[in-house]
Amino acid sequence: MSHISPVLWQFLTNWMKASPLFPPEASTIAPYADALYLFLVVITIIGLVLVGALVVGFSVRYRKERSPEATQIEGSTLLEATWTLIPLGLFLIAFVWGALLYFRIYNPPTNAMQVYVVGKQWMWKAEHPGGQHEINALHIPIGRPVQVTLISQDVFHSFSVPDFRVKREAIPGRYTTVWFEATQPGRYHIFCTQYCGTEHSGMIGWVTAMTPDAYAAWAAGSTSGASLAQNGERLFASLGCNACHSGDPAARGPNLAGVYDSRIRLQDGTTAVADDAYLRDAILNPSQHVPAGYAPIMPTYQGQINEDGMIDLVEYIKSLHSNFRVQQTLNTTQLSSTQTNGATPSAAAGVKP
Amino acid sequence: MDSPAIATVNGEMQAEAHAHPAYLRHHFETVEQQREAASFGMWLFLLTEVMFFGGMFMAYLIYRNWYHAAFVAGSNTLNIWLGTINTAVLICSSFTMAMAVYSAEKRRRKSLVTYLILTIVLGLAFLGIKAVEYAEKFELHQVPGASFSIEQFVHPTDPKAVALAPDMAEKTQVYFSLYFAMTGMHALHMIIGISILLILVVRALGGAYTEGHMSTIENFGLYWHFVDIVWIFLFPLLYLISRYR
Amino acid sequence: MSSANTIVQLPDQSTAQLPRKHYLNQELGLKSWLLTGDHKRIAMLYLFSITFFFFIGGAFASLIRLQLLTPGSDLLAPDTYNKVFSMHGIVMIFLFLVPSVPATLGNFLIPIMIGAKDLAFPKINLLSWYLFVAGGLFILAAMILGGVDTGWTFTTPLSTHYLNTHVVTAALGIFIAGFASILTGLNFIVTIHRMRAPGMTWFRLPLFVWGHYAASILMVLGTPVLAITLVLVALERTIGIGVFDPTKGGDPLLFQHLFWFYSHPAVYIMILPGMAVISEVISTFSRKRIFGYTAVAFSSVAIAIFGFFVWEHHMFIMGVSNYSALVFSLLTMLVAVPSAIKIFNWSATLYKGSITFETPMLYAFGFLGLFTIGGLTGVFLGSMGMDVHLTETYFIVAHFHFVMVGGMLMAYLAGMHFWWPKITGRMYPEAISKLAAVVTFIGFIFTFFPQFILGYLGMPRRYASYPPEFQVLNVLSTAGASILAVGYLLPMLYMPWSLKYGKIAGNNPWQATGLEWQITSPPLTENFVETPIVDHEAYDYEWLANQTEHEVKTVG
Repeated sequence: MSHISPVLWQFLTNWMKASPLFPPEASTIAPYADALYLFLVVITIIGLVLVGALVVGFSVRYRKERSPEATQIEGSTLLEATWTLIPLGLFLIAFVWGALLYFRIYNPPTNAMQVYVVGKQWMWKAEHPGGQHEINALHIPIGRPVQVTLISQDVFHSFSVPDFRVKREAIPGRYTTVWFEATQPGRYHIFCTQYCGTEHSGMIGWVTAMTPDAYAAWAAGSTSGASLAQNGERLFASLGCNACHSGDPAARGPNLAGVYDSRIRLQDGTTAVADDAYLRDAILNPSQHVPAGYAPIMPTYQGQINEDGMIDLVEYIKSLHSNFRVQQTLNTTQLSSTQTNGATPSAAAGVKP
Repeated sequence: MDSPAIATVNGEMQAEAHAHPAYLRHHFETVEQQREAASFGMWLFLLTEVMFFGGMFMAYLIYRNWYHAAFVAGSNTLNIWLGTINTAVLICSSFTMAMAVYSAEKRRRKSLVTYLILTIVLGLAFLGIKAVEYAEKFELHQVPGASFSIEQFVHPTDPKAVALAPDMAEKTQVYFSLYFAMTGMHALHMIIGISILLILVVRALGGAYTEGHMSTIENFGLYWHFVDIVWIFLFPLLYLISRYR
Repeated sequence: MSSANTIVQLPDQSTAQLPRKHYLNQELGLKSWLLTGDHKRIAMLYLFSITFFFFIGGAFASLIRLQLLTPGSDLLAPDTYNKVFSMHGIVMIFLFLVPSVPATLGNFLIPIMIGAKDLAFPKINLLSWYLFVAGGLFILAAMILGGVDTGWTFTTPLSTHYLNTHVVTAALGIFIAGFASILTGLNFIVTIHRMRAPGMTWFRLPLFVWGHYAASILMVLGTPVLAITLVLVALERTIGIGVFDPTKGGDPLLFQHLFWFYSHPAVYIMILPGMAVISEVISTFSRKRIFGYTAVAFSSVAIAIFGFFVWEHHMFIMGVSNYSALVFSLLTMLVAVPSAIKIFNWSATLYKGSITFETPMLYAFGFLGLFTIGGLTGVFLGSMGMDVHLTETYFIVAHFHFVMVGGMLMAYLAGMHFWWPKITGRMYPEAISKLAAVVTFIGFIFTFFPQFILGYLGMPRRYASYPPEFQVLNVLSTAGASILAVGYLLPMLYMPWSLKYGKIAGNNPWQATGLEWQITSPPLTENFVETPIVDHEAYDYEWLANQTEHEVKTVG
C-alpha cells in the first residue's frame, strides 16, 4: 500500500502510532499486519454502512405511513449473484492477503538469530545460544531477524508480542517457531494468550529491543559463562552419548558432525531432515529415527532430560561441524572423570533429578 | 395444482381415522407415517453413533500410523481365540435378533420371546468373555494408568514376539488406551442394548409387538446390528491386523 | 421478478378473546407438565430452564466485568476468576445458546408451521428436556462443589493433568446435555421430513423451518464427536489413558481437532436458528415475502455443510501445517458468503415493503447491524495472517459476542416478543419493550465494541488482571455491561406482567402468514382442529388478504 501513496501512508502510520487505539508498530511485520487490518476494517465499514443505509433508507422510505401497500417481489437472481460474488471476491482477497502475511510470519529468514523460549506454568524462560538465561524477559537487538523456537514444559501456552503482531502456541512435546525483527528500541509486552491455569494472567514478560551495540554489551554482561552448546556438550558427555556418537567410523552410533539440517535416510527407507524437532524427537524416541545402517540400540532419554537440557543438546549437535568437537568432548570427559568436581553444575542442571 | 392427489390422500386418511389401531399415536395420520418416522429416526440415531465412534477410529488411524510397531505388539497380546469366539457370539446374537424381528412379523409371540432371550444370553456371553479379557489385561499390567508396565514389550517372554525399544514400548499405552476406550464404549452400548432387551421381553410377554405393530422391535434390531457392526470393525483393527502368530 | 400489491391491516384487538381450552389449561397440575408429550409444553419447560441458566450465566458475566473494572485482581482471586469465566462460558454455551431458540421456539413452532399435531417423537422430546436438566444439574453441582476452571474449551493437558477442580463432573454434564441437543435435532429432522401437512412441500416451508433443519443436521452430526472427546478427557483424568497425553505418546493437538470439529459447527447450531427467527420477523413487519426465498433457504444448508470443514481455523497458530491452514482459511472465507447473502436478502426484503417498527422488528434491526459486524470481523480471523495477531485476544471475545449475543440473543428476544402473543395469548407491553430493545442495543455496543480495540491492542482473553494501559476501555466495557443488564432485566419484569395484564392478542395480531398464526392463541393441545391443507407458498400475503376468517382451509 505504501507504493500507492507514500504521503497518505506516512500520514496514516503516524496517526496510528500516535493513537491509543493502535499498538505501536515495533517490528518489520507490524506494518504488513496493520495494512491488512486497515483493509479489513474498511471492508467492514463499507459493509456496515451499506447494510445500515439499506435498512435505514428502506425503513424511512417504505414505512407504513408512506407505503401502505407492500409490493411482493420474488427475488432477483442478478442481484443475488451480485451480492454473492462481490463479498466472495473481497473475502478471497482477504484470504490471499492473509495467507501471504501468515507465510511471512511463520517462514523465518535463513539468517535469523536463534533464541529458545520454554513456557511453563507460569513463566517464560528464554535461552540465548550465547548462554544468557532470562525469565519473563527477552533481550534482542533491533534490525536483526530473531527466530524464537518455542516449547512448553507442561500445558499449552501462547507466546504473543502484540507490538510485533506475532504469536505462536508453545505446545508440550513439540517445537514451534516464530520470528520477528524489531525496528524500534523499547520494551514490549510478552503475553501468554492461551489459558494455562491459575496464574495465566501473571505470565507476562517483556521483550527489550536494543540497538546492536547495547545488545552486544548486554549479551557480554549477562552470559552465564557457558553457551548453550557448551552446556549441551557437558550434558552430552555426562549422559554418555559420546560412547556411541564418537565420530569414529566404526562407532555404534552415527557421526553427528554436520548432521544438523541434512537429509537423513532412515532404516524404513524414508528420509527426514534433521531439524530441531527431529533431533529432539530422535533423543526421546530413538527407535522411530534409526538411520539406515545402524542397529536400533539407542536407549530413550524420555523423562531424563528437561526441555532446557534438550535445547542444550540440540544446540550442541547444531554446533558440530566436524568431528573435532566430539573428540574434544571425549577428552573432556576423560579429563573430568579424573577431576574431583566431576560434572559441572550447569550440565547437572539439564538432567532431571 | 395437485389438489386431486391431496384429496385421495385425505380420503385414505379419513378411512384410516375411523379404524384407529391402538398403537397409532395421536399425532400421526397413518400407521405407515408412524412406522417410517420411527425407522428414519433410528437411522439418524445410528448416524450420530457413527460420528461418536468415528472420533475414536480417527485417533486409532493416526496413532497406528505413528506407532506402528507398538500397535502390532499391543495387538499381539490380545487373545485371538477369545476375540474370535466373541465375534461368533455377536454374529449369532445378530441372527437371533433378526429371527426375533421375523417372529414379530409373523406374529409368533412365543418364538419372539425365545429369540429375544437368546439374544440377551448371547449378549451377556459376549460381555462375560470381554470381562475375562479385561481381567487378563489387569493382571498383565496392560491397563493404561499408574500400574501400566512396558516390561512385557521390552523383554517379551514369548519367543515369537518382537522386543520393542523402550521408547516404542511406551507407545503401547496409546494402543491400550484406544483398546479400552473403543471396546469399553462398545461394551457400554451392549449393556444399554441388553437393558432395553429386558424391557422388550417383558412387554413381548404381555403381547406387544406381535399384533402388527412391530417397529419398536424392528428399530431395536437396527441398533443391535449396528453395535454388532462396530465390533466387526473393532475386531480386525484391534486383534487381527499385523498378527505374527 | 413477479410483483403484486397487498395491503395488510392489523386486526382490531378489542374484541379478541382467549380460547376456552388451550394447551396451557387443557390439563392442570405439576404432573401434567412433567409428564407431558405436548411439544408446546415441553417448549415452556425449556423456556423456564434456559431462562434460569441465562441468569446464572449472566451473574457470572457481571462478576467478570466487575473484576475487569480495575487492572489488578481486586474483586476475585485469579483462580476464582478462572472459575467464573469458565462457568460463564459453559453455562451460556451449552445450557443457554445451544438450546435457546431450537428448544423453545423451535419446539413450539416447527410442528405448527408444518401443519403437524406434534413432533414425531413426543416422548423423546420430553426425554431431551430431562437430559438437559440432568446435564444442567451436573454442571450446577460442579459449580457448587467448588467450580471448574478449564474454560469452556477443556484444553488438554491442562484439563486432564494440571487442574484440581471438578472437570469430570462438568464434562459429564456437557455430555448429557449434548444428548439432549442430539435428540432435539433428530426429532426436528424426522418431523420436517415425515410430518408435513398435505401440500406443505419443501419450498413452501417457512424459512424458520429451513434454518432449524440446517441446525439440526449440525446437532446430529457434530455433538457426538464432542461427546466422545469429553469421554476421552474424563477417562484420561480418572484412569489415566493416554490418547491426548504428550508424555505417553498421545497428541494434545488431536484433542483440539476433535473439540473444534464439534465446537465450530456449534457456532452455527447457535446462530442458524437465530437467522431462522429473523427471516420470519422481517417478512412479517415489512408485509413482504422474503426476497429470494430459495437463496435464503439454501444458504442455511450451505452454512451447515461448509460449517463442518472449517474447524482448523481455531488452530492457525498451533503449529499445524501451513498448507492445511491454507485450505481451512479458504473454506472459512466460503462459509462467510452464505451469511452475506442472507444479510443482503433480508435488507432487500424491506424494499417496497410496508414497514412497521414493533419490538421484534427493532430487535431484528439490531441483529442485522450487530451480526454484520460480528460476521465481518470473523473474516479478520479467517484471514490467516491477521488471525495470528488477533486470536486469543479480546478481539475474538468481541467477535463471538457480536455473533452470539448481538446476533443470537437479539434474535432470541426478537422471536420471544414476536411469538409471545401466540405462546401466551396476550400482548407484551409495546412501549417499554421498545425501550428494552433500544437499551439492549446501546448497552451491547458499549460493552463489546471497546473489546475489539482492546484485542487489537493485544489484551489477551481470560486474564484476571491486566496491564493498566488497558483500563480505560475495560471501564467503558463494564459501564456498557451495566446498561446491557438493564436491557435484559426489563423483559424479565414485563413479560410475566403481561401474562395477566397484557392485552388479549387474538389469533393473528401481526397479520403474519405462517400456519401458526391461523390457529388460536394460545394454540389448542392438538394445534389444529383438522389437518390443514396447504395450497400456497410461505409469506403469501395475497393469500392472507383473501382469508376472511384468517383460518386455513381444513379437511372435512
